This record gives sequence, structure tokens and C-alpha cells, in this order.
Amino acid sequence: MWELVRANQRRAATLVVVMAALLFAVGYAAGEALRPGAGLGGLFVAFVVWVVLSLVSYYSGDSIFLSLAGAHKIAKSDNPTLYNVVEEMCIASGISRVPDIYVIDDAAPNAFATGRDPQHASVAVTAGLLETLNREELQGVIAHELGHVANRDVLYMMMVGVMLGAIVLLADVGTRVMFYGGGRRRTSSREGGQGQAVILILAVVLMILAPLIAQLVYLAVSRRREYLADACSALYTRYPEGLASALEKISHSTAKLASASRATAPMYIVNPLGATAKGLADLSSTHPPTSERIRILRSMGGGAGYRQYDEAFRKVTGRPVGVVPATSLQQAAPAAVAAPAAPDARARFERVRQTTDMLWRLNQYAFIACACGTTLKVPPAYVGKEIACPHCGAKHVVPAATGAPPQAAAS
Amino acid sequence: MIAMLVLLAVIVVVGLWVMGLYNGLVGSRNEVKNSWSQIDVQLKRRHDLIPNLVEAVKGYMGHERGTLEAVTKARQQAVDLSSASAEDRAKVENALSQTLRSLFAVAEAYPDLKANQNFLALQEELTATENKISFARQYYNDAVLRLNNRIQMFPSSIIAGAFNFQMEQFFQVDAPEDRQVPQVKF
Repeated sequence: MWELVRANQRRAATLVVVMAALLFAVGYAAGEALRPGAGLGGLFVAFVVWVVLSLVSYYSGDSIFLSLAGAHKIAKSDNPTLYNVVEEMCIASGISRVPDIYVIDDAAPNAFATGRDPQHASVAVTAGLLETLNREELQGVIAHELGHVANRDVLYMMMVGVMLGAIVLLADVGTRVMFYGGGRRRTSSREGGQGQAVILILAVVLMILAPLIAQLVYLAVSRRREYLADACSALYTRYPEGLASALEKISHSTAKLASASRATAPMYIVNPLGATAKGLADLSSTHPPTSERIRILRSMGGGAGYRQYDEAFRKVTGRPVGVVPATSLQQAAPAAVAAPAAPDARARFERVRQTTDMLWRLNQYAFIACACGTTLKVPPAYVGKEIACPHCGAKHVVPAATGAPPQAAAS
Repeated sequence: MIAMLVLLAVIVVVGLWVMGLYNGLVGSRNEVKNSWSQIDVQLKRRHDLIPNLVEAVKGYMGHERGTLEAVTKARQQAVDLSSASAEDRAKVENALSQTLRSLFAVAEAYPDLKANQNFLALQEELTATENKISFARQYYNDAVLRLNNRIQMFPSSIIAGAFNFQMEQFFQVDAPEDRQVPQVKF
């Protein structure tokens, strides 16, 4: 497992260097565009922007992200099943600290992981996911998210995302200056002569192309990491079908995640904004097509290791090069376990009830068990008042909510 | 002089290489130890949960004295052998899994029991603990496989022989159905 992490880190380091070079080139070009000879100043500005953004995202990226998604932290008593599943997958993946668990009150099934390393990780799932998936499927999804955590994907996607943002920002400022504030530039370029003009043209080309290149690199990395996390999920659970059928259910859902935006979309297990148009899907989407991911998982032929995933990947996509780094392929191939599928109708009812109860509790509702067998769920406004049971008429005094107090999304 | 330097360089390179192999072996061995302690934690958790389960079920399942006694006995055996070798422990823990499975299967016939919140919570805990045991076992076996591969494969086999690294036992499961957690339907 650790070979994979290390190979990932090497690859990510290369990528970070490439993006940084692109960023500094854009900074230099923007400086030149502003005033010939100010290239080094532009470089400096690019560096400062990059450092500030990186520090902010390194130390508080996860809490910013969780609060953007509207996630609430839950304790074990709020949803024991979810909590247990996360613990199980931690054991399977060898992650020593159980991540903080968050729930998003949204009917669209989806999930994401965040945090800079396994010691500072959080996993968030939507209420819709908890209601839709059975235990095996939930295991598959959580294993996928912990795959991201174990591979340090979150950190690299964050760093690369920040650089992408900085490149777009600087290129934007640079082009604006060229078009609107160009008075001084024009005079000085005339003085500078031909060499200056060539540099200017190069700067313009760079500022137009760099954001596009950076974006494409970012998206390619994002897609690749989704495949890798799928491979991890299969390995951890030894049951690729769990994740496959979870992806199927998630992609069949028509609900849209309200709190997702283009900036946060790459983090989710399935693109929360829906699939892009077919023809463009290859280059311009953050996620591989879900149907393809499902087909790969289902053609692993009874195996659950990286090698089977890699073979299935090449067979399904027809690409000659797989997604798993070669050093991880030498491992022995574990066999998949066929877990029994639980009957869903009654279990699903229980899951929906458990999830909605959890959401009531998060919203400070009081739960009163009446002697007639009814459970009354009372909004916080009624604390201390007397109410009658709608079934048997017995009187109850509403106590303060016993559930977990609502927590700020930040941990 | 140059020959000396070349010789020195070769010695340093070989030394570093041997160090890398040795450290890899130590890392694998520690991983095995660590993952074994994970299994241990979960097995102990299961031992602790079972008396509560038996207590919760007793009142409802008076006619199933045999099943309950089998669970209690299997648990006692597992507790007694909790410092035995991996192989012996695997045997008694598998027997315990079997009896638990039959207990949950029998519980199906008792609708009152299935409505009992306490029982449901215990059932979720035990299902999760069973899963954790099997995932911990999976991780342990992977770690053992990595260690044993390193010990047997050239060139680390030379270092392993020189420093007396021992192969470890897998935590075996008797029958394929043992991998499955007790599924109880409501």
C-alpha cells in the first residue's frame, strides 16, 4: 500500500513543480505587460500570492471547505452505523486516526473527504447518501474517500487547485492591464524597440495559454485520482461490487447538491453538478464518466487488487497505460469476497428513519418516548412547555434536546 | 589512490543498499506486529460485548438455552486462549463467530426481541466488530504476505537470513462462509 502512496507523492511533487513554473512564468509575463523590465517584480508578486494562498489552504482549507458544503460534525451516538463503517474502513486501509465525520443535510447522494493528511482528515456524506445506500455500498464509498486520504490526494488537489487559482488571477490582472492601462506600456515599448515587442507578444500568448494549460493539467490529475481511489476502495473492501452499485445508485439520482459549486466539485465522489456533454467529457471534466468507473469495477474478474483494477482499466478504456503506478502492481493479488446482499426494503426504511432522526437531533429537536409507543419529535421552541401525545393524549413536558448540539463545521 | 576511492564508493553504495533492505524488513515486521494488535483490540471488544448481548437476549429467548450456552462457552474458550498462538486463536475465534451467527439466526423468530432498541444497538455493534475483525485480519494477512515475500525473495532473503528474520503465520479462516458477517433480517 505504501508504495502507492510514495509513487503518488513523487508524481504529485513533479506536478507541483510544473504548476509553480507556469505560475512564475505568468507572474513574470504579467509584470512585463505592466511595465517593461518589471518582470522580476511580477515574479515576486506571483510568489507572494502563491505562498499566502497555500498557507491559508494548508491550515484552514478543510474547515473552509466543510463550511462551504454546509456540513455538520456528528458523534458516534448520532449515527452508529456510519461511524462504524468509517472505523471499519480505517482498519482496512491502515489509517490510524478515525477521521472526523460530517453530515450534509441534502437529499442528493454524494460524499467527499478533506484534510491535509491522515492525521487531519474529515469525511463528509450527505443525508441522501445514507438513505440510499446499504451497508456494503456505504463501505465502498467510505473506502473510496479514505483512499483519497491515504494517497494524500486532498493535499495535492488543494495545492494544485490553489496554483490554478493564482495563475488564473494573475493572467486576468495581466490581460486587463494590457487592454485598459496600457498608456505607459505603449510609450515604453516604442522606446524598447523590437526585443521588447517580442517579449510582449510572448507575454500575451503565455497569459492566454497558461490558465488553459493549468486547468487541463488540474482536471487530468483530478480524474486520475478518482480512478486510483476506486482501486483503493476495491482493495480495502475486497468487494468492488459494493462501490460499483453505490456509484450506480448515486448517478441515477436526479437530485442536485445545493451547496456544490464549480470550485468544490472535484472533491466529491461523483460530480455533484451532473455530467458534462459526452464529447467534451474526456478533457474538460473533473471526474471520469461514472458508467466507465462502474464497468471497470465490474470487470475485475473476481480479484480486488491493484493489478486487477489496472487490467480492467486498460480493457474498459482501451488505453495502453494503466492508472496504478508500476511499483504497486507487483503486489500479490488478493481475491474478492462475495458478500451477501442484504434485502433492501425494510432495511431501507430503517436507514431513512435513522438518518432523519439524526437530522432532527442535529437541529435541536427533543425526542420523547410516549408510553403508547409513539416517539414525539418536538422543535426546540417548545422546551419547558407541556404537550399532549397526538395518539393517546398523554401529557409530556418537553425537556431540552438531548442530541448533540449543532457544531460549527470547523473542527 | 583512485582504486581506493572507487573501492570506498562501492563499499558505501553497497552499505546503503544493505541498510535499505534491512530497514524494509524491519518496517514490514513492525507492520505485522502493529496489525496483529489491531486484531487483538477488536477480538477483545467482541469478548466484552457478548455478555451484554446474552443478558439482553436472555429474557426473550428462554427456550434457546442451548444456543446461549454455546455462545457463552465459546466466548470463555476464546478468552482463555487469548495469549495463545495466532493459529490456535484463529480456531477458537472462528468457533465463536459460528455460535454468534446461529444466535442471530435464532433471534429472527422473536419479533419482540427485534423491536428492542437495546438489542438492535448491540447487534449493530457486534456486526461492526465482526467486520472490523475481518478487515483487521485482511490487513494483517497482507502485512504478513509482504514480510514473508521479503524474507523469501532475493536479494532481501540474504539479509533476512543473516539477521534471522522469521516468517509469520497467516490468520486463517476455515471456510469461505466464515468471512461473512452474521446477516440478520428484520
